[in-house]
Amino acid sequence: MSSVETRTACKPGDYKSDIKPIWCPGCGDYHVLLSFTRAFAQLGLVPEETVVVSGIGCSSRIPAYTSCYGFHGVHGRSLALATGLKVSRPDLTVVVASGDGDGYSIGGNHFLHACRRNIDMTYVVMDNRVYGMTKGQPSPTTEPDFDTALSPGGTGLSPFHPLVIALAAGANFVARAFSGEPNGTASILAEAIRHPGFSFVEVLSPCVTFRPDEREWKNLMHPAPVAATGDPGKAARRIMTDDGFNIGILYRGSRRPFQAKMGATRVDPAELEKDFAL
Amino acid sequence: MPEAENVSIAIVGSGGAGALTAGNLLLEAASMAGWHGLLTRTVGPQIRGGEAAALVRLASRPVECLADRFDLLIGIDWLNANRFGAEIEVGPNSLVITDPSSGDLPLLVSRAGARVVEVPIKEVAKTIHEGRPNMVALGLATSLLGLSEDLLSTVIGKRLAEKGQTAIDASRAGLKAGIAAAAGLDLGMHLAAPKPCAAQRWFVSGNETTGLGAIRGGIRFAAAYPITPASEILEWLAPNLPKVGGVLFQAEDELAAINMIIGASFGGTPAMTATSGPGLALMIEALGLATAAEIPIVVVDVMRAGPSTGIPTKSEQADLNIAVYGLHGDAPHLVLGSQSIADCLFTTQWAVHLAEALQAPAIVLSDQFIGQAVAVIDRPADIAFIGQRAAALPQAGVYKRYAISAGGVSPMAIPGMRGGQYTADGLTHNELGTPTSSENDHRAQLDKRRAKLEQFAYGDHWATIEGDGELAVVTWGSLTGAAREAIEQVHGDGLNVRLIAPRLLFPIQSERFTAALDGIKRILVVEQSHSGQFHRYLRAHYDLPEDVRVLSRPGPLPIRPSEIRQAIMQWRS
Repeated sequence: MSSVETRTACKPGDYKSDIKPIWCPGCGDYHVLLSFTRAFAQLGLVPEETVVVSGIGCSSRIPAYTSCYGFHGVHGRSLALATGLKVSRPDLTVVVASGDGDGYSIGGNHFLHACRRNIDMTYVVMDNRVYGMTKGQPSPTTEPDFDTALSPGGTGLSPFHPLVIALAAGANFVARAFSGEPNGTASILAEAIRHPGFSFVEVLSPCVTFRPDEREWKNLMHPAPVAATGDPGKAARRIMTDDGFNIGILYRGSRRPFQAKMGATRVDPAELEKDFAL
Repeated sequence: MPEAENVSIAIVGSGGAGALTAGNLLLEAASMAGWHGLLTRTVGPQIRGGEAAALVRLASRPVECLADRFDLLIGIDWLNANRFGAEIEVGPNSLVITDPSSGDLPLLVSRAGARVVEVPIKEVAKTIHEGRPNMVALGLATSLLGLSEDLLSTVIGKRLAEKGQTAIDASRAGLKAGIAAAAGLDLGMHLAAPKPCAAQRWFVSGNETTGLGAIRGGIRFAAAYPITPASEILEWLAPNLPKVGGVLFQAEDELAAINMIIGASFGGTPAMTATSGPGLALMIEALGLATAAEIPIVVVDVMRAGPSTGIPTKSEQADLNIAVYGLHGDAPHLVLGSQSIADCLFTTQWAVHLAEALQAPAIVLSDQFIGQAVAVIDRPADIAFIGQRAAALPQAGVYKRYAISAGGVSPMAIPGMRGGQYTADGLTHNELGTPTSSENDHRAQLDKRRAKLEQFAYGDHWATIEGDGELAVVTWGSLTGAAREAIEQVHGDGLNVRLIAPRLLFPIQSERFTAALDGIKRILVVEQSHSGQFHRYLRAHYDLPEDVRVLSRPGPLPIRPSEIRQAIMQWRS
């Protein structure tokens, strides 16, 4: 976290904006917001040197609810936008917020390449296994038999596994969190932000409106039984074989983050035309 | 022998035969001797192994388009040449040199009634160790144009240095053999001596001048996704941006590229990308985001024939509609058209200036012809336009990112500035940037974004306007050069014609356009699109005189000066 400047004596409340969140009562994302502000306070991040970037969806509303700089962009492209920002401004702390539709479906390609590039930023995907904002369609993490208006009787498709995809694509930090445990989530987020390179945190965040069954999640969650590994093979096996409710840091890699090359040398732009002169 | 102001040469071979190398060496040597000129390459869709031709025009002054026909056509072989025979028009006065082992001439050539001479180009090359027919062809051209062998020899040494001494020696021997093989042949004309030229000259393509214009305007971040015919802009920027403290970053697709530049610009770094039609189509959604969130960016579209994959290696002006009207919602943004290889520098630099000043996206429409053609041009005059953004200053109280102001531009906070925190948003927002669905806020921000573009003082750069007369040729983009040449030709016949070529295509400049039409009774619209996009655009936005004719056709064949001249002359009679 070498690039993260800190300021002491910040309280979680200092990272909240005056805007009242627009989420359904009981939405897991309220707690994710709480975890954001607690993690930022734990780290003592400077709000004006922190940028929260998002795409479109319920989870992507989060930037405006913080007191940091924010960018609420178009659907699926938050990682690309954040990449341009971080490459050109490596001094900033960049946190990207997304959901399972925004991040894994329309934004799936950017997810792969962000992991591969390993640029120092943190990617938080609030996964509720449904498109909430558009009222209950199946996402890439929805179970095959989940019955919706768009997929009567279910999609019949297996959900994909974001954590192991992130690992395979080169993410340097992989964790699973649960919105219902804001303190635990805040600690994981703080660690993710502190860890160099691309950190991926999947936060299971129930949509009580379209997935009332997800109210049960709180009874299924359990802390990861073993400490994070730095061995991607071991991490992959664990992630592939666990029950999906295993909470904690699952992989902590040591790949060198991509370093931007802005400003290495400086010549007068007028010099550049010399190549053209006869 | 008659003296010509300019001479056009085509060297044709199959891909890999080296026709393009020969053309490049010829133009460079001629430029060293003081001439101006232009080289376009015509290649098939495949990168290697298809047909290829170097089309060279040498002139005693700067030229901005190809001539009507070729004076000298050298065929190393005619494999696949029928595919682009229409691009290599020859006439009764042309000289065609063909290798007897290459079979029949393409129909379009044999029907033209040109003088045809057989030279065993490939056989001559075989007499030289590692000899190549393209160098023999180069020798033929050198001799027929009266260029000096020493000059060509120097250029060969310079350009083939990387290939080693054996290649250089073989090439020089091929050149010499070609010159010897030209004994007894003559072109029936010779190129007028170059006019003394005080200006420094550049040997450059439009894609390169576009890159330089971007950096001069202040661009320091570029995101790149390769696409023909725009990749050379990105490949020029990649090594050059770091020299000025910037960076080029390769994106995974065009969607990422445009969002990356929006992110970089949000962070305070002037940013651009370059693409062609298919890429622009993918970028349209994010161009709307940059409009709504008021993030300055520059997108260069090097147009190629469309729709869909179209003809990637051929020019067309058919992205006007998508550039001007392609965004959903009411999304005022800047659209500019580069007019020549030299003007790519001006227009791109100005576009950066405008985008930054107006906190709006700018689309710069270049095209395959000016993008990929290489020319000897006079060094363009320096211009002072630099991107300068109205920056928010630390202040007490609440910061309103989208404050309604007289000019429509509100000072922009950059991350790092305390007290400037806001969330940029594509959702309709109020002055603070907070999302809203209120009718008042929606209208106020739409008004603001329109006002800032409409109220800006663009100055005379909005268009190229030259000459007098009752007839005007109204065109845009790379056809400006061909139109100018046609107008010069008819001027020789005693007819005055005005040239009007808007460089700023959006926002609309009603008053200026009306002033440009002062005294004009008839208009000839010239454009390269199938549906007459520019003509419709003019009809939609401007009051035109009653008498309007249109010269419009799609690519891939360029519209030549003679066609424009003919359209003008037909009208006169």
